[in-house]
This record gives sequence, structure tokens and C-alpha cells, in this order.
Amino acid sequence: MIENEGTLYETKLGPLPTLTSKPTHYCAGCEHGTLTHLIASALQDLGVRERAVLVNSVGCSVLAPDYLNVDAVEAPHGRAPAVMAGIKRARPDLLVFSIQGDGDAASIGLLELMYAANRGDPMTIFLVNNATYGMTGGQMAPTTPIGMVTTTTPRGRDLALTGPPIDASKLVASFERPAYVRRVFLPVTPTPSTEFFNARGALEGALAVRHAFEVQERGGFAFVEFVSTCSVNWKMSVLDSKRYAAQVLAPLFPEGVLRDRFHMESA
Amino acid sequence: MSGDREFLKGNEALAYGALHAGLNAFYGYPITPSSEIPETLATEFGQGNFPEFRSFLQAASELEAINMVNGSAATGAKTMTATSGPGFSLKQEGISYAAGIGLPILVVNVNRAGPGLGNLGPEQSDYFQATRGGGHGGYRAIVLAPDSVQEMAAFPSLGFSLAFRYRTPVVILADAFLGQLKEDLVFPEVSTSSFDTSWAATGARGNQRHVLASLHLELDDQSLATHKLHAKYAEIARQEQRYEELESDDARVVIVAYGICARLARRAVRSLRARSVPVGLFRPITLSPFPNQGIEKLIGQGVRNFLVVELNMGQMVQDVRLAVNGRAQVSSLGQVGGLIPGTEELVRAAEAMVG
Repeated sequence: MIENEGTLYETKLGPLPTLTSKPTHYCAGCEHGTLTHLIASALQDLGVRERAVLVNSVGCSVLAPDYLNVDAVEAPHGRAPAVMAGIKRARPDLLVFSIQGDGDAASIGLLELMYAANRGDPMTIFLVNNATYGMTGGQMAPTTPIGMVTTTTPRGRDLALTGPPIDASKLVASFERPAYVRRVFLPVTPTPSTEFFNARGALEGALAVRHAFEVQERGGFAFVEFVSTCSVNWKMSVLDSKRYAAQVLAPLFPEGVLRDRFHMESA
Repeated sequence: MSGDREFLKGNEALAYGALHAGLNAFYGYPITPSSEIPETLATEFGQGNFPEFRSFLQAASELEAINMVNGSAATGAKTMTATSGPGFSLKQEGISYAAGIGLPILVVNVNRAGPGLGNLGPEQSDYFQATRGGGHGGYRAIVLAPDSVQEMAAFPSLGFSLAFRYRTPVVILADAFLGQLKEDLVFPEVSTSSFDTSWAATGARGNQRHVLASLHLELDDQSLATHKLHAKYAEIARQEQRYEELESDDARVVIVAYGICARLARRAVRSLRARSVPVGLFRPITLSPFPNQGIEKLIGQGVRNFLVVELNMGQMVQDVRLAVNGRAQVSSLGQVGGLIPGTEELVRAAEAMVG
């Protein structure tokens, strides 16, 4: 149970009708699996499965319809916000959401993201920011920190060559119309004892996911960025990737509620 | 409006034709010479004359527009976009997805001169791009070629019925001339029967859900999906070839032309027939599937000379040669840059082939 301003949310565990029984392809330690479960729980709790349409864009979440037991429409790389706008405008009664990577939303699909945000189209976007292109094998992403080694920045990301990382949440919040913009640090964080981890991010994430759906139900544009890890492409152990995320990504992409027009929760 | 005689531009007639056909959603980006289509639809949007017309938006780009089209179409809505050459190029990615996923979308291309930025005059140089499936992967769209303002008004209805019957993209390939040409027309009565949308992504029902995707990671699955797609194209080729003939029964030379060129060819044929020169016209209405059945019939009748007239350097002529397959002489007459051939030029070329 999570208490939030007097409201008790029950976080359900175990098999959910909003999840398929298929094991995910996500790598060990990847936050995509966590987010999939948070989304499934929220859809179930809100009782919206029969109105939900997932738009799966290109990236590690392209196989999300294999795991989330809801209707789904495939979008080309970066175009999920445009596809969602088309769905929602034709059928305002549906609940549309996307799970997009940093490359998908903040590089190739930046225009579609900005225009949907600028219009304030009712939709829910979950951005998984793991600072790299996971699906294509660890190339530089728009959110890759300066100095980070990737397959296309083998000597580290160079500020002079590529400019600094893009802050997608700040960018979305710079528009007038989005109703909810929030960034959550999703990875578990190691405590001084390696036997214990702090999973606060997943609990914050559960609230943010649920709220992001509720905002859309009230006609708002909701955007939640999940700072995440990619140990395989960062070429680190899972544990080291959690430490790196806490040390490097957390200060670069600070947690917080950048916009909450409906003020339904505290930061 | 239906049944009354109107006097409209081709682009305006197409917009109203789509509305009469029950258009639900339109997304587009302005580009000359097609912009009267979104302008006309914007004028009607929200005015109550066409209550089924629920969604209109000027998108940020052609990419955003075509993906909005795919989103609305995924819910089973009758959805259209309109553009011209450079915008048609940008839309190819989305059209490829629509073909792979099986979305019934209607794309209008008012062909201007190219390549690159080109100019605003008429060309038929997007024939290959439209008929071969201009995006990635091996797909085809159904391509309809109107030759009058009357057909600009009628083809959205035909386009939607084909798009929904086969769950495939349909392209209306017009040109700058037809888009800007003003003629009288009568809006045809349109059947209001609704299409099967049981496949659409409108929410899961119990164990039944709709996953609209073109991704098949297993090689066998992708192979099966592509074979199924092409079985559909074979069915379309059997069922949907459309063409018009004029004075072709006893013709020794048949001009093959579509769109505005068919209009010019009609005049040339009448002029030649007035002097008893046996020349006819074969007008493909579906450019894809190409009406091979009609060419086959002409070959059977003994036609041994075809003159293909197009506003490009020779594109449809390749389809005519494939259909003829060496059994007749096929000549090509092209004009480009926004220019159109004069009737006299067609008369001379056809008469020379009669010998």
C-alpha cells in the first residue's frame, strides 16, 4: 500500500489480466520490465483495459504488445505521438499511451513529441531514458552524458562535436499546454550494504504512471520520463549500472514534477 | 448537394467527394498544387454539414500527417491525406507501415513537376513511386487515376471502399492540371453502407484484442506475412482492374494514356476518326493493379501498335510493354517540366504509326 495525500493505492502483485503470460525479452536489470508491470497494474486498477490502446514505437519497447494484454498499434520510429493523436482524435473515448526510448522520443521523434505537447493532445507518454540506443546496440542517444563511451562515441561523447544531452522533460514542460510532466528515477539504488536496495523509484513510478493516465482521462497531455539503466550496452554489471545511474544520470536528469495542472498529488 | 450540377476546381471536388463518402478524419500539410483540398475541408470542418467529419488538423509535417492518418485509420475511421510530389515522398514511410499493418488509408497526390523541388506544373512523374510502392519493403498500393473533375469527386468513395475491402493504402494519383482545372460535375449518390471494422484497435474485449503491427521477428512469420500480403495483391489484380476504351474495336493504333493525357488523347482520337484514321484510346483507371486484362483483349483483337502518352520520360510505358510482352510495337511520347503535349503532336505521332 502506498499512501499519498490520504489516498491509499493498492499495488497488486502476481498475474494481471493486463499482462500476457509471455516472458519478456528485457535484459537482466533493465527497468523496462518494471515499467511494464507498473503500467499493467495501473491499467488494471483504473479498470480501463477495454479502452486502452498502446502505441508501440521503435526501440526496446517495440515488443510491449507481447507483454501488455491490450490493443496495440505499431508506429514508425519516433512517430508514436502522431499515431496517438490520430487515434485519440478519431476516438476520444479511448485511452492511448506510448512507451518510447530516448532516441525515439528525443531524437528522431522530437518534432512529433513537441507538436503533440504544444497542442496538449490528451495522451500519455512514458519515456524510458537509459542514455543509449538499447535495441540497435548501444549507440549515442540524445540523452547520453558528455564523456560516456558508446559504440558511436568510442572516445566518449564530445560536447564540441555533438552538443550537450537533451533534457526532454524540460523541453516538454517549456510548452504551455502539457498538463503533467514528471521525471522519476526508476532504478533501484544500492545501499552501503550490497544486500539491500532502495526501490523508492518503482513506488514513485507507480504513482506517476497512474496519475499520467488519470490526467489523460481529464483531457490532458501527460509525459513521464523514467531515468533508467542499460547495463548490457553500458558494458557494466547490473550493480555498477545502478551506481552509475545514481552518480551520473540522477544529477543530470533530476527527479521532480515539472508540471501538474490538476494538482492531484505532491511531488 | 448530391444530384445538383456544380462548378468546382478538381481539388475542391475531391474534398467534397470525400465528405460525401463519409470522411471521418483528414490530416495534411500545405503544398501547392494540392492545398485547396485541406482548405476546403477546413472550411467545412465543425460546420455541421457533414456530421461524420470528426477530425481535421494541419500537421507539423508530412511525417506527422501520415502517422496521424494511420492512427485514425487504426480505429476504423475513414481517413485521408492529400499532398504533392515532395510531400508524397515524405509520406512513403507511413504508407509502407499502412501496407504492412493493413490499414485502409486514402492518400491523394496532386502530381507536380520534379524531381527535387521542381515546379508547380502538371507531371505524371510519380507514377513509379505510386505504383511500385514508393516506400521500403515489397508492397503495392491500389492507385486510381481520375481524368476529370467529375472523377476527382467520385474517386474518394471508390478509394475508401477498396481500402476497406482489402485493408490497404489507396492512392488517388491526380496532377496539377486536374487539381486546378475547373469543370462542372454532379456529385454521385454514395452508398452509405458501413465497412467491416472488426479488426480495428478500439479496445480489447475479453480475450479478444487487436494488435496492429508489421513486426515479425521470426523469419518464418515475416515470410508468411509477406506471402499473405501478396496473395491479397494477386486477388486485387484479378478483381479490381479498371479501364476505359474509346474507339478501340477496329483500331490499328491504340493510344494508352491516363489522367490529363487521356483528355488530350480523346481529342486526338476524335480528330483522327473524323478523317477515318483507325486510332483508339485505352485509359487505365487503376494504374495499380495495371489493367493487363484490357491490353490482353486489345492484343486478341489484333492491335499491334500502342502509343503511350505520359507527362514523364516514360514510366507507364514499362507496364504497357510488360503487358504486351513483345507481341506489339510500343512507342512512347512524353512531355515534362509542367508542359503538356498539343493535340496535333498526338495526332501526328499516332498517324505515323498507322502508316
